[in-house]
Amino acid sequence: MRERPVIEFTDFTFKYFTQAEPTLYDINLKIYPGEKILIVGPSGSGKSTLGHCINGLIPFAYKGEIQGTLKIKDLVVAEQNIFKLSKIVGTVLQDSDGQFVGLTVGEDIAFALENDNVPTEEMHEIVRKVAAMVDMDKLLDSSPYELSGGQKQRTSLAGVMVDDVDVLLFDEPLANLDPATGKTAIEIIDDIHKKTNKTIIIIEHRLEDVLHRDVDRIIVINEGQIIADMSPDELVSSSILTQIGVREPLYITALKYAGINVTSDMCPSSLNTLKMDTVTEPLKTWYKSIEKPVKEEKGPVILTAENLTFSYDGKRKALDNVSFKIHEGEMISIVGRNGAGKSTLSKVLCGFEQQDSGSIYYYAEDIRDRSIKERAEIIGLVMQNPNQMISKAMIYDEVALGLRLRNVPEDEIRPRVQKVLEICGLSPFIDWPVSALSFGQKKRVTIASILVLNPKIIILDEPTAGQDYYHYTEIMNFLEKLNKMGVTIILITHDMHLMLEYTPRAIVMSDGEILADTSASVVLTDSRLIEEANLKETSLYYLAEKANIEDRTAFVQRFIDYERELRKNNET
Amino acid sequence: MKLKLFSYNFLDTPIHRLSGLTKLVSFLVLTFAVMYSYDIRFILFVTIFSVIILKVAKIKYSQIRLMIIYVLIFIAINFVLTFLFAPEYGVELYGTRHELFRIFGRYNVTLEQLFYQITKVFKYGSVIPLGIVFLLTTDPSEFAASLNGVGVPYKVAYAVSLTLRYFPEIQRDYRNISQAQQARGLEMSKKAKFADRFKNALMIIIPLIFSTIERVEYISNAMDLRGFGKLKKRTWYSKKKLTTSDYIAILASVLIFAVSVLISVFINGSRFYNPFI
Repeated sequence: MRERPVIEFTDFTFKYFTQAEPTLYDINLKIYPGEKILIVGPSGSGKSTLGHCINGLIPFAYKGEIQGTLKIKDLVVAEQNIFKLSKIVGTVLQDSDGQFVGLTVGEDIAFALENDNVPTEEMHEIVRKVAAMVDMDKLLDSSPYELSGGQKQRTSLAGVMVDDVDVLLFDEPLANLDPATGKTAIEIIDDIHKKTNKTIIIIEHRLEDVLHRDVDRIIVINEGQIIADMSPDELVSSSILTQIGVREPLYITALKYAGINVTSDMCPSSLNTLKMDTVTEPLKTWYKSIEKPVKEEKGPVILTAENLTFSYDGKRKALDNVSFKIHEGEMISIVGRNGAGKSTLSKVLCGFEQQDSGSIYYYAEDIRDRSIKERAEIIGLVMQNPNQMISKAMIYDEVALGLRLRNVPEDEIRPRVQKVLEICGLSPFIDWPVSALSFGQKKRVTIASILVLNPKIIILDEPTAGQDYYHYTEIMNFLEKLNKMGVTIILITHDMHLMLEYTPRAIVMSDGEILADTSASVVLTDSRLIEEANLKETSLYYLAEKANIEDRTAFVQRFIDYERELRKNNET
Repeated sequence: MKLKLFSYNFLDTPIHRLSGLTKLVSFLVLTFAVMYSYDIRFILFVTIFSVIILKVAKIKYSQIRLMIIYVLIFIAINFVLTFLFAPEYGVELYGTRHELFRIFGRYNVTLEQLFYQITKVFKYGSVIPLGIVFLLTTDPSEFAASLNGVGVPYKVAYAVSLTLRYFPEIQRDYRNISQAQQARGLEMSKKAKFADRFKNALMIIIPLIFSTIERVEYISNAMDLRGFGKLKKRTWYSKKKLTTSDYIAILASVLIFAVSVLISVFINGSRFYNPFI
């Protein structure tokens, strides 16, 4: 017999008071000490709610109605308080910036100890010890602003480990991290698991990234119910992921395209374990069969940046001699680590900041003297967080705002708003309040409110951040449609899939400079670029390597071409 | 562009090294001392003392210019109002009358009134540099620790420190939102009419409030999950142990306070120093 489970859900149902339907139905789940569990599911499936139940935010911070029982270490959760639970379950939240309560690393790690009334000296001792476990002991006095994404993750982890908890719960740990940092985060979690043998629960929809290291079991949640509880190998070879709209690993998609029947005895959950004997030949045949697409004619150059240099403080250059040309009708991505200058570039292009030297041309016109307002009619910027853009209660007013501020007559505004909302698939909501919309729909409202000014170019900052595969596909297909209508689109992104699948061309930035300006398939197979820009090789590259395909970049490119062709055929 | 109002910057000066508790206690004690006494000799002494402290803490004028301007405006208004409401108060206080010149009606400028009001100006002038020193040399968490140390409930103390901690981030949000709204056509410059500018400011403030609420919910969850508010008391990681210099500083402030009381009792016989008799 196994040990007693550390977490045990029995016929558990939960309904938020604010909602009509239960968010979780009839959950039966046992998690044993020392297990490493991944919980996946699309947005709104209830996976975060399940996490909140485990760490006690439900029912203590979010009220609702509970049926059935949840026991943690044999204690019935509903009878405990959140503080007692926080000694058993340590939670690392999604946004490592947002959960940084202290002003320095040391103070943040100490937070739980402070609340436990541990004397100051003893506290410093414990903090040093725990910080050493995650290699942060030399940075105890650093402020959160001086840390890299990975270091922030380590700090958050140390902050919950000071309590010597039994269970570590990670709520979407990869959401705001660049690809390389995400990879490191998964490695840190795995190392801690091996070192301490604590129970690890990871809630995440980026399956491929989590599977970078082993997990014992994957629990799949959809529409509030557990629909699968199986090993990674079984899950990856099943059709469950595609059905519920969670993205399967990219190399699995490639195998399926090549007509290979993926089964669990091929050990497909990781490329390291994948058995290649039945894979190599069909993969090569498929690769050779893909035709090169006809090169599309490029339009005239619409935007030129010439030696742009900009500094916020007069010392460090946020942009250093940046030059590029963008053609009419292109869809390109700008990638690079946090702080590489991507957002600064978009601000300079939109006129929010004025470059110190260099010029920006729209067609042949130097736009230096155009005000922010005037530039917005050429280049629109959609910010990452829709809540930072929306200032009206009603959708119609929100979209009409830019026109009203430009004194467009009201009888001209209505048809323009209607048209834009139609393009954005929001026509049925024209008279709705913004608050009734989902996150993805709000995002589209912000795009609509920019689009209504008819800019020729739109810049989108992380358009798909925090979106599951279904909504991701929805947004990206929408942007592709816009692009086909002639709008030039620039995407600032961390998402390597997005860059690979939707933007033929990518500009890679690092320390304010342009490192590369080339096709996405080249970027994601060039190890030097990948390292300097904190990116990550695509798994397709390793798949090609394992199959002894010599030109790996070409393999990745063919995959993209094939996929694009598929999408085109699906539309018609 | 870098509006750093009230922002703590770490330098290594004797003042920065003092514990936040010491600075808070000294600030309060000295404030009481100055508020108690109306002896301009004593007040001038404290004024000079606090300017010296300001220098020792290496606070630059550019950092505090805005604050100084506001304070000066406040003092000027206070000066005028005091005269308007009680032009004879100095005479009443000091018991003599040396009239300098007459304005109209009951508004006569007397030496006594002038002396009284100048004393008052220096009263404010002497504590304000001390307040500035306290704010600019104490890091927000230590500030919270010291508030808690003098008896403020820790939840209140922590709220103050969190506000200071997130101030720069909310400023950054404000800037981002304002730029995005300007791109949509919002006129924030002086070109717009006052009423429009007010309406326009609202269009920045609403998204700011919503994104701030989001942030607050997130932080309060993070804090709950790590046991904030569990016990009646809490300890502080950043609390500095009191050193000899802390004791010296507190002792010095208490001495100054004592001097203020002693001067009143034994030399002046009242809280006022009267040069007129």
